[in-house]
Amino acid sequence: MKNKLVCYFSAAQSEQPIIYRLIKNYDLVINILKADINPQKEGYLVVELEGDKESYEAGTRFMASLGVIMEPLSESIVWNEKTCIQCGACASFCPTEALEMDRESMEVSFHNDRCVVCGMCLECCPTRAINLHFEIKEAV
Amino acid sequence: MAVQKSYEEINEKIRKGEAVVVTAEEVIGIVAEKGYEKAAREIDVVTTGTFGPMCSSGAFINFGHSNPRIKMKKVWLNGVEAYSGIAAVDAYIGAAQVAENDPENKVFPGRFVYGGGHVIHDLVAGKEIRLEATAYGTDCYPNRKVDTIITLDDVNDAFLFNPRNAYQNYNCAINLGDRTLYTYMGILKPHVGNASYGTAGQLSPLLNDPYYRTIGIGTRIFLGGGIGYVAWNGTQHHPNVLRGDNGVPMATAGTLSLIGDLKGMDPDWLVGLSYIGYGATMAVGVGIPIPILDEEMLRYTAVKDEDIFCPIVDYNEQYPYSKPMDLGLANFKELKSGRVTINGKSVVTTPQSSYPRARKIAEILKQWIMKGEFELTQPVAAIPSADADIVFKSIPDRNPNGLTNGRNKR
Repeated sequence: MKNKLVCYFSAAQSEQPIIYRLIKNYDLVINILKADINPQKEGYLVVELEGDKESYEAGTRFMASLGVIMEPLSESIVWNEKTCIQCGACASFCPTEALEMDRESMEVSFHNDRCVVCGMCLECCPTRAINLHFEIKEAV
Repeated sequence: MAVQKSYEEINEKIRKGEAVVVTAEEVIGIVAEKGYEKAAREIDVVTTGTFGPMCSSGAFINFGHSNPRIKMKKVWLNGVEAYSGIAAVDAYIGAAQVAENDPENKVFPGRFVYGGGHVIHDLVAGKEIRLEATAYGTDCYPNRKVDTIITLDDVNDAFLFNPRNAYQNYNCAINLGDRTLYTYMGILKPHVGNASYGTAGQLSPLLNDPYYRTIGIGTRIFLGGGIGYVAWNGTQHHPNVLRGDNGVPMATAGTLSLIGDLKGMDPDWLVGLSYIGYGATMAVGVGIPIPILDEEMLRYTAVKDEDIFCPIVDYNEQYPYSKPMDLGLANFKELKSGRVTINGKSVVTTPQSSYPRARKIAEILKQWIMKGEFELTQPVAAIPSADADIVFKSIPDRNPNGLTNGRNKR
């Protein structure tokens, strides 16, 4: 099993070596995608958890038992129209036509509802006008 | 009587606000409606435009002196090295220079998030730039180090001087190999997964004056949102290539070296770019007015995308290893449609040059001329044209043993 999760934790929970335990005791492969821990030591971790079904479930049960709130990661693509120079390279890589080029005006537009967040556009945009946005709640 | 107009006659009309100015796109429809002769009589100026990555660009800057004075040996702007092997506080920041601490392609493909093009963009945007310089110190220039913050307003001079811009036609890049390539033509998917192309086609400056009859040394132009001039032919200028009946080259041909005051430019038209796996560069906005001196000039400016062809080039082996291959030509109208047929296969096309921005440049230049703010200049000298005898050279492969870099010769 492999999932991307946002884990929110309080100051008390952040004292625990959670990641260490997940690796050592539950044999999970962990990839930290983003982390933000404030001086009060509250914060969140965006992680990719990978392991067999049993370990995965045991690992997430362990985090829940510590009071860590876990939510599936929701990612979205943000197209910054002001930075975009309308070259149209992205539209040729976008598999779902979420980034689309009008052939009359040769202008690019972005349709969020068609986007599957494959990330191909992030690589090919020379102005870096396209960003990946992790949705993180303000506070828990 | 045949149409004949002089630069002075056209400028007189511009001054009076009577000049008829159209873009290189608009002229196509006018010719279709009125024919060449009538259109040539009516139209005085056709404006062109292009906005795409042009690596051979950069700016000369004179910073003024520190106290005590310094003879800069190494210079960095926001961590990007500028060349300072010229006078004490002069330097040249090149668009394709990557930041000193950039991981480059150590983890492939590298991102190249900040380079010389980004520095130039930030300078023109009025942003604060960190200036670092080191020196060995002399009696006349004792200072050995500068580390400060500057803006474009703080420097004495800053002018863009681009050795090669506005390429007349360019390759259509494909990948015949079986792994993804990261090139200056963008990402090329294996097994001809896409076809990448540059230039603004029918709007592109040198495709509208294929023999450089009106574009020459001294031609006043739109450059980076301000005023610039053609300084010389560009590097790799190679006009004597295969051309169609309309004079349009079917290979990379002419180029221009451009110059202009950075202080009069606009960050919208000088944009730093990051090409994954390749490096940093800059998109440069160039617009050139073409005076309709006679019907011949009008015919050139009426060129359409369907009349423009560019060579298809493989970037897996043909380009990097200069292997001779003939993969045929691609038509510009087809490229712009989003799909092109290569070897019977329909392939997605990836543009590198911004057509909407090229169109906007031609429109801005048109407005400048119509308002009488921008007059045309007659070139003071021509650049070599199709009858030139230019041989395209490569670096000779010779054994340097026994040579001493010139030191012992004196």
